[in-house]
Amino acid sequence: MWKLFHQLASPPHFYRLAAVISPWLAVPGIALIAYGVYAGLFLAPMDYQQGDAFRIIYVHVPSAYLSMMAYMIMAISGGIGLIWRIKLSHAVAAAAAPLGAAFTFLALVTGSIWGRPMWGTWWEWGDPRLTSELILLFLYFGYMALRGAIDDTAKADKASAVLALVGVVNVVIVHFSVEWWSSLHQGQTLMKKGGPAMDPAMLYPLLAMILGFTFLFGSLLLRRVRTEVLFRERRTKWVREMILSPEGS
Amino acid sequence: MNDYTAQQPGLFSGLWATARRDLLLAWKRPGDVLNPLFFFAMVCTLFPLAVGPSAEQLEFSGPGVLWVAALLATLLSLNSLFLTDFEDGSLDQLLVSAQPLPILALGKTLAHWLTSGLPLVLVSPILAVTYRMPGSVVPVMMLTLLLGTVSLSLLGSIGAALTVGLHRGTALLSLLILPLAMPVLILGANTVSLAAGNDVYTTGVWALGAYAVASLSLAPYATAAALRISNE
Amino acid sequence: MENLAMGNYGVYVWSCFGLTLAVVLFSDWRARLRQRRVYRDIEVRIKALEER
Repeated sequence: MWKLFHQLASPPHFYRLAAVISPWLAVPGIALIAYGVYAGLFLAPMDYQQGDAFRIIYVHVPSAYLSMMAYMIMAISGGIGLIWRIKLSHAVAAAAAPLGAAFTFLALVTGSIWGRPMWGTWWEWGDPRLTSELILLFLYFGYMALRGAIDDTAKADKASAVLALVGVVNVVIVHFSVEWWSSLHQGQTLMKKGGPAMDPAMLYPLLAMILGFTFLFGSLLLRRVRTEVLFRERRTKWVREMILSPEGS
Repeated sequence: MNDYTAQQPGLFSGLWATARRDLLLAWKRPGDVLNPLFFFAMVCTLFPLAVGPSAEQLEFSGPGVLWVAALLATLLSLNSLFLTDFEDGSLDQLLVSAQPLPILALGKTLAHWLTSGLPLVLVSPILAVTYRMPGSVVPVMMLTLLLGTVSLSLLGSIGAALTVGLHRGTALLSLLILPLAMPVLILGANTVSLAAGNDVYTTGVWALGAYAVASLSLAPYATAAALRISNE
Repeated sequence: MENLAMGNYGVYVWSCFGLTLAVVLFSDWRARLRQRRVYRDIEVRIKALEER
């Protein structure tokens, strides 16, 4: 069992394994998303309050969910790399950051676009989730900026791991403090997830989208981790042998 | 009778020693303490200039403006927390010292707070008056600033440790610390606003206190870890 | 039964879905690009060393 973990943490093994696993994530992911999009756009009934605009939920919620999941992955793998000194772990953290930032951006923009017909404005400071999400984006930028500013890879790994861990605590606190703040300054409408009790016909596409996006995220992440590993290990023997051998990419 | 065993230093002796040293250094360079204070005052001046001096607006925005100004001034002063030591090599001495690094980091942070946070708190009433803050609200504001600047100094020390010696560390430091500082800002400014509106504001004060205590317990370890990482 | 106009909200709904698709595709494209570039750079360097 430990042998499996050991192998997994070994860069050459991971490099090969990730290539094999990736399509098993991408294909179901895309299939689920295809179903979710079709069902969400055309099969789910219209929302009583928001009309067809609520369908934005089918891209907004998965993006927001992924934005937070990516941050957790970043922080946890950074922590694992810091504590147990597993280089691969740091590579995962580095790869997760730009993906997480991209989905945070998506969550913000789709949220903003959703808000326009709902609240009549492109931005609503009063919504705690939008504001917390914006701060999450800043956290991602800070993380990537810190990584970029430190030349030595090992040092950058450790410093950004510390930052990500400190940030995790912060994410939770920010969420609560922003909620309190927005409750003080009334006039906000919390974005309801399509209503208190979601009609199954609305819910299933949403679940499919969330699951599908997660799988897709996994395959996107694996590709980036592979690249990261390849780059970090560029001077090692296994990379040299792999490249010289009859093109085993 | 000769006692060869030297007296062991207490756990916190390193803390007082580093704090005292930094305070002495600050005493010799009053500019380091005064500049952020002037910055604080200037930022408070900028808002009425930009937005107009209507009394209503001033009173309404006072808590927020004062708090943002305090936050920015603190950011400014955090820059040099470890920088001078890094440049002249004393930081390395701290790192190899027999004293626990978190304690030493806490000592420096204490000195930082005494030379930046505390002066801000003491100067704030003057600026609060210009924002037409009612006399009953000023003590609340000072209390929130007191607790808040403690958190800011502590959280800021983590960022300063992560970015010490980095090219363009200043901007990066701000980028790293601002998200951490936002809950403090939210709690601080809004507690004062609540007090100004004669609402119950004690929850905010408790929350700020909790934040300060939590930062006090946890930040020194993160700062120490960051210092080691930045300087290996 | 499909109402492409999405009850007057068409612009908003379709731009959200379109943007999401665009960002995912862009992200994938950039990742593949980087992977290819890293691989090629290493390959060039190693082949050059081999020839010595």
